[in-house]
Amino acid sequence: MDTKLHLSVSPHIHCGNSTSKVMLDVIIALLPATVAGVIIFGFSSIGVIAVTVLAAMISEFIFNKIVKKKQTVGDLSAVVTGLLLALNLPANIPLWQAAVGAVFAIIIVKCLFGGIGNNLVNPAITARVFMLVAFGSMTKAAFPIDSASSATPLVELAEGKAVSLTDLFLGNIGGAIGETCALALLIGGIYLLVRKVITWQIPLCFIGTVFVLSLLLEGFDFSLALSQILSGGLFIGAFFMATDYVTSPSTPWGKVIFGIGAGIVTVLIRFYGNYPEGVSFAILLMNVLNPYIEKWTPRKLFGGEKK
Amino acid sequence: MYNINLKNDVFSRILIAFKKGMSKMAFKLHGVNVPHRKNTANMPPVRMNIPKTVTLPMSMHIGAPANPIVKVGDHVDVGTLVAEAVGAVSSPVYASVSGTVKGISDILLSNGNTVPAVTIESDGEMTVDSKITPPTINSREDLINAIRLSGIVGLGGAGFPTYVKFGGDKPLDIEELIVNGAECEPYITSDSVTMTESAEDISYALDMLTKYLNINKVIIGIEKNKPEAIKSMEKVAETREKVSVKVLPSMYPQGGEKVIVYHTTGKKIPNGGLPINVGCVVSNSSTVAAIGKYLKTGMPLVERCITVDGGAVKEPKNVIAPIGTSLNDVFEFCGGFKQEVGKVLYGGPMMGIAVPDTSVPVLKNTNAVIALTEKEAKLPEPTPCIKCGACVNHCPFGINPAAIAKAYKNDDIEGMEKAGATLCMECGCCSFICPTNRPLVQTNKLAKLAIRNAKVKEAK
Repeated sequence: MDTKLHLSVSPHIHCGNSTSKVMLDVIIALLPATVAGVIIFGFSSIGVIAVTVLAAMISEFIFNKIVKKKQTVGDLSAVVTGLLLALNLPANIPLWQAAVGAVFAIIIVKCLFGGIGNNLVNPAITARVFMLVAFGSMTKAAFPIDSASSATPLVELAEGKAVSLTDLFLGNIGGAIGETCALALLIGGIYLLVRKVITWQIPLCFIGTVFVLSLLLEGFDFSLALSQILSGGLFIGAFFMATDYVTSPSTPWGKVIFGIGAGIVTVLIRFYGNYPEGVSFAILLMNVLNPYIEKWTPRKLFGGEKK
Repeated sequence: MYNINLKNDVFSRILIAFKKGMSKMAFKLHGVNVPHRKNTANMPPVRMNIPKTVTLPMSMHIGAPANPIVKVGDHVDVGTLVAEAVGAVSSPVYASVSGTVKGISDILLSNGNTVPAVTIESDGEMTVDSKITPPTINSREDLINAIRLSGIVGLGGAGFPTYVKFGGDKPLDIEELIVNGAECEPYITSDSVTMTESAEDISYALDMLTKYLNINKVIIGIEKNKPEAIKSMEKVAETREKVSVKVLPSMYPQGGEKVIVYHTTGKKIPNGGLPINVGCVVSNSSTVAAIGKYLKTGMPLVERCITVDGGAVKEPKNVIAPIGTSLNDVFEFCGGFKQEVGKVLYGGPMMGIAVPDTSVPVLKNTNAVIALTEKEAKLPEPTPCIKCGACVNHCPFGINPAAIAKAYKNDDIEGMEKAGATLCMECGCCSFICPTNRPLVQTNKLAKLAIRNAKVKEAK
């Protein structure tokens, strides 16, 4: 026998999972929200989605070419960032602004910090916050095609107006393309949970904390507390952005702390801050704290106690 | 605290159910679901044809290599002593075929060590050595000495001399003897078919061990995907007060020493400790069967059951092969290869050792030989870590392989230790589950070495 054999250290088999498969699952999970966004806000949203996804992919491709890094566009994480960003933008945003946001997310937030796995903060969230500050994009939210309203539910809630819970749940309200339809986001979130891409701790603790604190601050009015968790970017944030592997803790207790912390900050901003929405800022802040949370919550070593 | 005497009140019932549930939850270490691929599960072992030559390395066990006592040209029979044990931790080697000693020369083992090996050319007769008679056992010393002379070592893969495990000259208080029949690696079924086919050997060995060694309790741990083996062992346990069977979930690495001790007894072996530190001895089911066989017949360990499988093997089988048979002969007995071979392993695909060529012999601790196809042998290229935490969350011991890899890159000995590197049993769950295919367990092995080297340096 003179065939050459491979030699390597065990294990000799692999589960077959890969970054691109994980990212593909996230994209699939975002599809219901994407479709709902297009239905609610019309075809202009398709333009925004196309521009951010393409801009994200192209900028990552060019960056890797320039710095002579191994090409990483194929892992689909740029697609996820582009899609998430689009779903966080209003449908009527000028397309050049959307493109700038995507390039900012990929180049400044991700690639300059060392590419996938090394970014400190979530690219899509940071780009959303950047655009909010730079262009004021979020304050000029788009509205459903047949809507009579002219303010987002959180603004209306802040002004003390009542909001229909059904509209909130189905997303027939003003806001960003993918953040309004809680039903679609819930379907996507459950898909991620079933596929074990994410675990329950962050979404549940995040949304649960917002609900409980809103309940306390609203004087135990259940429908107002429900409106709080169904409006704004909470669902998309809790299921898709706060659960980003790179910028959230990997240990179960770390995830619980991360979720509760994000919930508290969200409520503080919503009730006491200048901005009507606090989810992005909350996640961003927790992203920054993430390395410390990880450090505080290691898994217990089995029999780790020295003899 | 509170003492509720009413046994049937709702509150205490809930409390009991809750406590039960909690202990059940706490009673399971993490791991991964590996593909089972137990293609040979229902194949009783078949004895292979007599090989033309056998090669017997002097080191098929942990400890000092055995010392050859035969000369080139000597005639040997099956069971003739070829090499005697040297020192306190060692094991003798016996001829596995009858014939003539052809040579004694160095061979390279798959662990990188070079040791002498005795090559015997078979005369095709398989005549048994006339001196072979069942040992007389009247005391602990007799039993330990018999196990020492049997040449039996841990047949599950570790190859630790079995008499040393049972204490050697120093009597041990063994609270639990755990018979490890978990067999959690993909493909391998040699332990489970041995449990089904050699139940009598196992029961005889257990009777003798419990009679002469100070053993309180015997627990046979078997994964639940082996119903035949469970049935067979339950029959053994039925008539024996001290013996019980514990059905374990099918989870890799269920058969890890610390894992099976925890899952059968709830005892935690401390870092750097051995099962005996918590009053346990773990022995592979095939090892126990081999002890029984030796005590009954006096025939030392000259052959063993191995699983031959893998995508490249034409007819996967459980084979009884003489120790020292070349893998070429073993594969030939299984119909040869149906596809180009990419990788050949001693043992299973999770912890097995890749061999450089197929002329290497079957060792005492070879429980399987797996031939993977070129396609199966190719693993995906590593991509950047995405910090998903799968490695930490699947590690049975809660080690953080990603943190160890980072500390190793930075030469941070303290960081490696803090992340649990010294605790690692190298089961490979982390590398198996990693979506970016990082070489995690591989780095852990290097980290352990780095820590050991640093300790040596410090001591100087």
